[in-house]
Amino acid sequence: MKIIVSIKEVPVRDSQLRIDSGGRWIEDGDLSYEMNEPDAYALEEALQLKEKHGGEVIALCAGREGAARIIREALAKGADRALHIEDEQISSWGTLGLAHLLAKAVEPEKPDLILTGLQSDDLGYGQTGVAMAEILGLPHATIVMAAEVLNGSIRVKRELESGWFQNIEMPLPAVLTIQSGINKLRYATLMGIKKAKSKELKRLTAGELGVAALSTATIERIYPPQRVKQTQMLEGSAREAAAKLIEKLRFEVRAL
Amino acid sequence: MSDTVLVIMEQRDGAWNRMSFETLAAGQRLASELGLAVSAAIPGQGIDGLAKELATRKMERVYVVEHELLHDYTADGFAKALEQLIRKVQPAFVVFPHTYQVRDLAPKLATRFNQALISDVTGIRTEGGPIFVRQLFQGKLNADVKPGGPAPWFVSIQAGAFNGEQVEAGSAEVEKFIPNLSAADIRQRPEAPFRESSGAVDLTAAEIIVSVGRGIKEKDNIGIVEELAKALGAELAATRPVCDSGWLPIERQVGSSGQTVSPKVYIAVGISGAIQHLLGMKGSKTIVAINKDANAPIFEVADYGIVGDLFEVVPALVKEAESAMAAHV
Repeated sequence: MKIIVSIKEVPVRDSQLRIDSGGRWIEDGDLSYEMNEPDAYALEEALQLKEKHGGEVIALCAGREGAARIIREALAKGADRALHIEDEQISSWGTLGLAHLLAKAVEPEKPDLILTGLQSDDLGYGQTGVAMAEILGLPHATIVMAAEVLNGSIRVKRELESGWFQNIEMPLPAVLTIQSGINKLRYATLMGIKKAKSKELKRLTAGELGVAALSTATIERIYPPQRVKQTQMLEGSAREAAAKLIEKLRFEVRAL
Repeated sequence: MSDTVLVIMEQRDGAWNRMSFETLAAGQRLASELGLAVSAAIPGQGIDGLAKELATRKMERVYVVEHELLHDYTADGFAKALEQLIRKVQPAFVVFPHTYQVRDLAPKLATRFNQALISDVTGIRTEGGPIFVRQLFQGKLNADVKPGGPAPWFVSIQAGAFNGEQVEAGSAEVEKFIPNLSAADIRQRPEAPFRESSGAVDLTAAEIIVSVGRGIKEKDNIGIVEELAKALGAELAATRPVCDSGWLPIERQVGSSGQTVSPKVYIAVGISGAIQHLLGMKGSKTIVAINKDANAPIFEVADYGIVGDLFEVVPALVKEAESAMAAHV
């Protein structure tokens, strides 16, 4: 089967974020990036499905030139080839525009299955996969915790709230958004990294795809969140802070 | 007539999802500040009782979107039914609770109207036009988002952001809306929801919880928080990534996909405070955060905070707790 995995680069988890002078986005020039975590699980799921059923895994990424790093990582882990929709202003496309870009790149490939993470760790709108499915006219399921390919269909385990799950079956081709923890991530091997260098990485642009930006929601301003509580910070050495906390828990909170 | 805020209520087998009323409160506020009317829709089957209850709230209409194919949720069935209702009502805003079902449905529906969903909204401001507040970067920053393009604009409201008790009472007209649906429209075949190994660990009864996040770095380090839990007579809990990695069993997971707890004391060790986790513990009476990053969102909800290396702070806490407990006895 032919599987496309849509991946995205996001600032590494512990980045110190600074708001840029325009106040609408972060200073992103000097940040380090990594593959969005749920997308990494989607890639792993695609690789495992290929190992089981044969076929091809294609990594798809809309991102800046620098996003080639996470694309090479996907190739090193076992994706067979990659499509990179290169755009330095990718964050200005909005989620709907982005879904149209991705869908246009997917269309000629006619995949059996499209996987992506359920949401991104930066914007966190959680809708690119679903919007892509709607644009392509394909059925979808979100927050997927297991996927089993049957004859012409796929049966998935969806996560619901508070520890509930539900199995859903739908015909292929389909789009799934993958939840973190669905599988165990692999590391790229030295051999994989070596092989990745000779794999096909095709570059595309929005112009070539014939997709224009759409007017939807825009970010007007970003700012640090307000504290909802007055936090008492306990200072000093680890030992001093620990002693203060135990005292607070005993005499202020009366919990010990 | 784009003068309506249409609130989509969620129910399963005739029982409300409580977030529906929080969303209705948000919808009423948005409408009153912008001078719009509120209507609500309940998709499902056999929901007349719920409609009756809803008709005692302040709004224009309750749409009972009823069809046998809407008894069980499917993305295809619900999207087609609600698309038809939205084309009829022509609302300015369509507002959903940000539930797992809505995460599956609303982006599809919004795309059909050439719109993007403004998801997971925590606040609404209306000076100079509507502004929706939502989090970015896992809660590290907030963003003011302005809807754009032609209406309807689609919004989903985060759990706990509005108070469901504040829904204004009143009366509303109930109108049945029978969508044009056939079985062939629906490609998903849902099976009955189920739970896995529930109740093995009931964290909701614990007075004190010591909870651990990614900051613990590896499985071999779990022992130090176990010791702290033991010293305090607490239950041990964890965030999703810790359970995903298999460092603690999933029965100990706190958050939107795990258990929701409100102990007397919740001690968050090496937890950054992603919203999915906060949703499961922000009702705790006292929250303690121990984290090396002073800007971690967990400190926004903490009563007491220690900025420091958990590998130094936690062993020190164990020592202090043990001697305090010994003195106590």
